[in-house]
Amino acid sequence: MSGPYGRRVVITGIGVTAPGGVGAKNFWSLLSDGRTATRRISSFDPSPFRSQVAAEVDFDTELLGLGAQEVRRMDRAAQFAVVTAREAVADSGLEFDSLDPHRTGVTIGSAVGATMGLDEEYRTVSDSGRLELVDHEYAVPHLYNYLVPSSFAAEVAWAVGAEGPTTVVSTGCTSGLDAVGYAAELIREGSADVMVAGAADAPISPITVACFDAIKATTSHNDDPQHASRPFDGTRNGFVLGEGSAVFVLEELDSARRRGAHVYAEIAGYATRSNAFHMTGLRPDGREMAEAIRVALDEARLAPQAVDYVNAHGSGTKQNDRHETAAFKRSLGEHAYAVPVSSIKSMVGHSLGAIGSIEIAASALAMENNVVPPTANLHTPDPECDLDYVPLTARDWRTDAVLSVGSGFGGFQSAMVLARPDRRAA
Amino acid sequence: MPSHEFTLDDLRRILRDGAGADEAADLDGDIADTDFESLGYESLAMLETGGRIEREFDITLDDDALTDSRTPRELIEAVNALLVPAEIG
Amino acid sequence: MSASRVRVAVTGLGVVAPNGLGAEAYWAATRKGSSGIGRISRFVPDQYPSQLAGEIEGFEAAEHLPGRLLPQTDRMTQLALVAADWAFEDAAVRPGELPEFEMGVITASSSGGFEFGQRELQALWSQGSRYVSAYQSFAWFYAVNSGQISIRNGMRGPSGVVVSDQAGGLDAVAQARRQIRKGTRLVMSGAVDASICPWGWVAQMASNRLSTNNDPERAYLPFDAAASGHVAGEGGALLVLEELEQARARGAKQIYGEIAGYGSTLDPRPGSGRPSGLRKAVELALADAGATPRDIDVVFADAAAIPELDRIEAAAITEVFGARAVPVTAPKTMTGRLYSGAAPLDLAAAFLAMRDGVIPPSIGVSPAPEHDLDLVVGQERTAAVRSALVIARGHGGFNSAVVVRAAA
Repeated sequence: MSGPYGRRVVITGIGVTAPGGVGAKNFWSLLSDGRTATRRISSFDPSPFRSQVAAEVDFDTELLGLGAQEVRRMDRAAQFAVVTAREAVADSGLEFDSLDPHRTGVTIGSAVGATMGLDEEYRTVSDSGRLELVDHEYAVPHLYNYLVPSSFAAEVAWAVGAEGPTTVVSTGCTSGLDAVGYAAELIREGSADVMVAGAADAPISPITVACFDAIKATTSHNDDPQHASRPFDGTRNGFVLGEGSAVFVLEELDSARRRGAHVYAEIAGYATRSNAFHMTGLRPDGREMAEAIRVALDEARLAPQAVDYVNAHGSGTKQNDRHETAAFKRSLGEHAYAVPVSSIKSMVGHSLGAIGSIEIAASALAMENNVVPPTANLHTPDPECDLDYVPLTARDWRTDAVLSVGSGFGGFQSAMVLARPDRRAA
Repeated sequence: MPSHEFTLDDLRRILRDGAGADEAADLDGDIADTDFESLGYESLAMLETGGRIEREFDITLDDDALTDSRTPRELIEAVNALLVPAEIG
Repeated sequence: MSASRVRVAVTGLGVVAPNGLGAEAYWAATRKGSSGIGRISRFVPDQYPSQLAGEIEGFEAAEHLPGRLLPQTDRMTQLALVAADWAFEDAAVRPGELPEFEMGVITASSSGGFEFGQRELQALWSQGSRYVSAYQSFAWFYAVNSGQISIRNGMRGPSGVVVSDQAGGLDAVAQARRQIRKGTRLVMSGAVDASICPWGWVAQMASNRLSTNNDPERAYLPFDAAASGHVAGEGGALLVLEELEQARARGAKQIYGEIAGYGSTLDPRPGSGRPSGLRKAVELALADAGATPRDIDVVFADAAAIPELDRIEAAAITEVFGARAVPVTAPKTMTGRLYSGAAPLDLAAAFLAMRDGVIPPSIGVSPAPEHDLDLVVGQERTAAVRSALVIARGHGGFNSAVVVRAAA
């Protein structure tokens, strides 16, 4: 989308920290093989909980180059963000030292901030919940950085040397899409030339598992953790919690071309709408998500038929899968039946605010490789979900434009269109 | 917590504490056969209510018990069905 | 018309502040220099080094909100819902009468529904996971105010939430302006924060920026030689933003003014030796507004009351405007720092200052001469205010600045 400002925004660097392997390369190999990274929760004893499975990242801070001080002061999600941003910056080949720091910004999406650090520190200062007047003598010095998770964006900015507009975007489970959409807007309007944008969440802590247990949003397929995340399948009964991060280097198209950068994709269109219906519930008609898709395509100047692949929210709750299927039909018309649609949450789980960015990475890599990742574990489709969800195995597929969508608590519905910058406008 | 029976008054109290009361609904009236939905309680309110009943009466409602119980009478029956055998046993 | 030329007006104010509930009550108290800072009453603060806060008194959520909403909302969400109601009322807009996809909600948050979160963490660790509420999944998270306001008012347009500590309140308003420039009819924007619960308090104290002086008149003294940290408060403001011409076309009861300019930077990594980006943020905001320093009639300062941060802010102001060349004020000396709620409240104060031709005072402060600021202290100052600069900074080095001006 050139938008009203005439500037176009492209992805020139990708970093991914996802369950099943750190780094964009490992991530893509997991997806294109159709392997799953869900397992029984190992970071604490999950036996008291209803849902006991998750997609965890095996994250070796030392191996990934984080200093002891960085590890001490940062929540796990912030650590993800910093490591992933460094990968994206290296991948972009852009010399950050040569940039105007005030024209370089950072936007990091996160739904639940430092929830893991807060859960741990709460136990300490409250003596495991015994003290209502919690004891400040036991508080760690960086507790404030857990309280207000804008610290994530500051850490990333310090790591890459950015001093321009910097913020955390926190719109629940669409944060990862909205953070990148926000950053693209800053470049487009001319407030920044380069943005390091993405998302991170590390929600696999007792409080998060318990709060999703309470609303039966997560799966109870504890007996078969590897096949617990089953979007669009008739046997699915909730999502599988995940964690991770994806971060991008975004640049203005002309300057990226001038420096001969590798361009993965253009952020061609983006929109977000609210259902103004319910904090956790979705109306089955998919109306607001369809509207977000319509506006995003409009911004991209692409007709629905131009969408080659839909990266679905596909969380694996009954209400989501049906809501989303309805939204695709409503916005794409007959083309909804022709276009491949898949959910990588079947493989890497649902990392709340991070997943939107991880799915953008998957979408960009699908374009890069002309391969559509599959929906794993999809053996017996829900009869009400009657689209082509690319079951089980990846598909070779020419992919010039991708639609990626997200849906979340608070009623937020977001859609982003990635496209090759040299495509023909509709 | 041992308890003989789950009553409409128990349900009223738990609804009020856990989900609040809709100004348009008269919880103290004859509500046994009124849809929860007409009383202003949607699925989330029912999940909170179910969780509170489970804790107070030390039972586990299966996933369908809540969604299948459309009225207070049906929910009370579902809860009591779980309570009585425990008392005999 | 190019999008950057679309003018964005503020037509309604909803204020929930420690020294006044409602925009007019807040403004009357602020003009008089009446403070809302006192000893914490929500819990017994005796064991903590910092015992003062700007608490909102006399707010009974049940008087304003449906019973069904109360168990599922934190105090800060209840305050925000009411502030949004008041902002709509003030703007004389009935949200049901506007196209649903043309209204959005963009708020900032710092710590979400932290008091709700403390209760559920306590239930989890003292009683077990079954005791965690079904509402915990959203009642504490940062997006809750935008979500609940959109639901209550049927607003289905572009919404969002930013977290950039205290600077976030301005970042949210700037994002709201972007959406209006892209064609959204109306955006409710601003922020309300509240985490005056023991767990939130202990986390706030960890910043080492809370004053441990427990005399309400001496605790929070920005730009004073005795500056020793701030008092934290709760509350904030929500603003109705509309495209100016459309607001006029509907015969808006009042147009408080325009969001004319915005700039934002982040300070360099600590220890880098590079200078703070605050001055740059101010210059960007002025440039974006097409304003010169001489156009600005008053600066609402961030007023950290940490000597080093005060020095940086005073230097940024004097470098841009000249020594004692512009009146500077910090009405937050009467409310405490409200995190993301602070800057939207300052925006409200700036618009009301423009309306009434007065600059509200900073209270209790004896300005340190080395700052070279014309700080409005003690009592309000009569002045024609056509344009104001609001500065907000967040922990971690976030700097944001907004220029507002009368809509000519």
